[in-house]
Amino acid sequence: MSEVLVRIRGLSFQRGSRMIFDGLDLDIRRGQVTAIMGPSGTGKTTLLKLIGGQLRPLAGTIEVDGENVAQLSRTKLFQLRKRMGMLFQSGALLTDLNVFDNVAFPVREHTQLPEELVRDLVLMKLEAVGLRGARGLMPAELSGGMARRVALARAIALDPMMIMYDEPFTGQDPISMGVLVELIHKINKALGLTSVVVSHDVAETAAIADYIYVISNGKVVGHGSPDELDRSGSEWVQQFMKGLPDGPVPFHFPARDYADDLLSGEKC
Amino acid sequence: MFHNRTLEISVGIFVALGLAAIFILAIKVSNLSNFSDAAGYPLEARFDNIGGLKVQAPVTMAGVRVGRVEQIGFDSTTYEAVVMLKINNEYNKLPLDSSASIFTSGLLGEQYIALEAGGDPEYLKANDHLIMTQSALVLEQLIGQFLFKTAAEGSDKTEGGQ
Amino acid sequence: MNWLQQLGRAGLNFFERLGRGHIFLFYVLAGSPGMFIRFRLLLQQLFSIGVLSLLIVAVAGLFVGMVLGLQGYNTLVDFGSEESLGVMVALSLVQELGPVLTAILFAARAGTSLTAEIGLMKATEQLSGMEMMAVDPLQRVIAPRFWAGFISVPLLAAIFSAVGVFGGYFVGVGLLGVDEGAFWSQIQSRVDFYDDVLNGIIKSVVFGFAASWIALYEGYDAVPTSEGVSRATTRTVVHTSLVVLGLDVIMTALMFD
Repeated sequence: MSEVLVRIRGLSFQRGSRMIFDGLDLDIRRGQVTAIMGPSGTGKTTLLKLIGGQLRPLAGTIEVDGENVAQLSRTKLFQLRKRMGMLFQSGALLTDLNVFDNVAFPVREHTQLPEELVRDLVLMKLEAVGLRGARGLMPAELSGGMARRVALARAIALDPMMIMYDEPFTGQDPISMGVLVELIHKINKALGLTSVVVSHDVAETAAIADYIYVISNGKVVGHGSPDELDRSGSEWVQQFMKGLPDGPVPFHFPARDYADDLLSGEKC
Repeated sequence: MFHNRTLEISVGIFVALGLAAIFILAIKVSNLSNFSDAAGYPLEARFDNIGGLKVQAPVTMAGVRVGRVEQIGFDSTTYEAVVMLKINNEYNKLPLDSSASIFTSGLLGEQYIALEAGGDPEYLKANDHLIMTQSALVLEQLIGQFLFKTAAEGSDKTEGGQ
Repeated sequence: MNWLQQLGRAGLNFFERLGRGHIFLFYVLAGSPGMFIRFRLLLQQLFSIGVLSLLIVAVAGLFVGMVLGLQGYNTLVDFGSEESLGVMVALSLVQELGPVLTAILFAARAGTSLTAEIGLMKATEQLSGMEMMAVDPLQRVIAPRFWAGFISVPLLAAIFSAVGVFGGYFVGVGLLGVDEGAFWSQIQSRVDFYDDVLNGIIKSVVFGFAASWIALYEGYDAVPTSEGVSRATTRTVVHTSLVVLGLDVIMTALMFD
């Protein structure tokens, strides 16, 4: 078994005429929390969908556990996905099912377990995220942070080999954020799985990540452990990690000269 | 999922209602019940002209439905219409010399075949032929004949006047 | 030159959507056998699609039948053939109004909610989430809804027609004094099961197929925003109505002999 679970080589992907990835190389090691960071709009979510086989790359290969995702048959791909969990930004809970049934959903779909076992399993997973008491609530009654925790319980319901988190911290209050950080860390250690966290919340992510990739303009611009990145010589990485308003990534959207623009008097 | 039972019952009622509606349409709102496909025996009748007679049209005797038209064909040697009738088995005592006529129900209604009993002591059997037949009245021909006749009478009168 | 380009682009878009719609249908049908194993999913959809449409269809059928009774009586009485009122009401309902109006009511009552439901599931990443859980949404979500619609529409159309005939009966026999025996016997002698009733049922089966397909595809293909879903819902009603009426012309022409 190789140490690398996901191996991405020369990945290119295009949406419309916009190049999202252009020769991206990336390795995700087993048992680690790997963070993929970058400014909004760099296609971090797209990367997760590519790994999950929901999108097909224009060029390059994505290997998950030794299998080239883009060339798998539908059945094989579904087999692989059963071993991957994904946590969507919105949680993506099924709105017509309550919390318990949501977590039970993948178990009922993929196994023939008797209902008592499903119950025990679901309660265990809900206990792990601290929401055993909320099993009867509907998704609409949950706060954003709770919805993500339910989604996390659902993602680990089938004991996957890896979990992908899509922006788990966005829009959370400090307490929920702390809970989620702790959960991701704990679950990764306790279940011995591989985690991929896509985020632009530097501090939280750096606190739990073993390895960080920073992506910009379709390429990896820096990678290493959080400490290494902090000491990185790249101006760009420094700007991103420290959250400086101006630097290699300009504050202004490209435009013509300010004074010219004001004086020209053209209608917008 | 506590309301499972209600759900199942209401779906059951819905499907039952739908099927009942189809059943009503079949029995009450169409002629399906009249065809209670009783076993029958075939008879053949030949007509010079069947007018607008159609397959499934009723075959009656003294106004009572005794069978239906099974098949309509054309004999290209005698230029006659060959109509196969199916008479219900319970009416198996039709005299051998019964005659068949094509009538219209009402002025503009559908056409049907009316059988008239003869006096022969023997009865019709399966695949027998009805010898005596009377073709359909075609309205255009009737009107044509009527006009021709009045025209002829008219000319007679004028001749008589001279 | 510009409008020519736009015309070309509109044409290409049209064929692209048409093609995607058929590929969608293919996957739904291919994913259907698995659904019949889990009968409960179909049952739930039969409830929310069929049972909940029952009331509007029955009431509409009653009203249409009554209107046909009133209008038909006024026309027929001039020719002294008001006994044919039942025939007129029954034939109009069974052949045309039952299947067509039911399909359009279905699009408005159930089709729109299907489109909105699927569209919102897409917008909230529920479909995507299912795919990542190795569950095929076409099989798990779309197929049960498709078959529930396909089964419901013919049943609803039959209910519409049957209730409608009784509506005509109440007006004709109850209010206007048409002879009851003549009303029913005329119907029975003039309405043919195979030519009229069965053709009506065939029509409603085809309409059910088309209406469910359109509603689900519009939802599945909706732009996943609130505006996109609202447009898709509108398109469901418009497209279903047009397709149903168009198919009606074609099928009536084929059945006419």
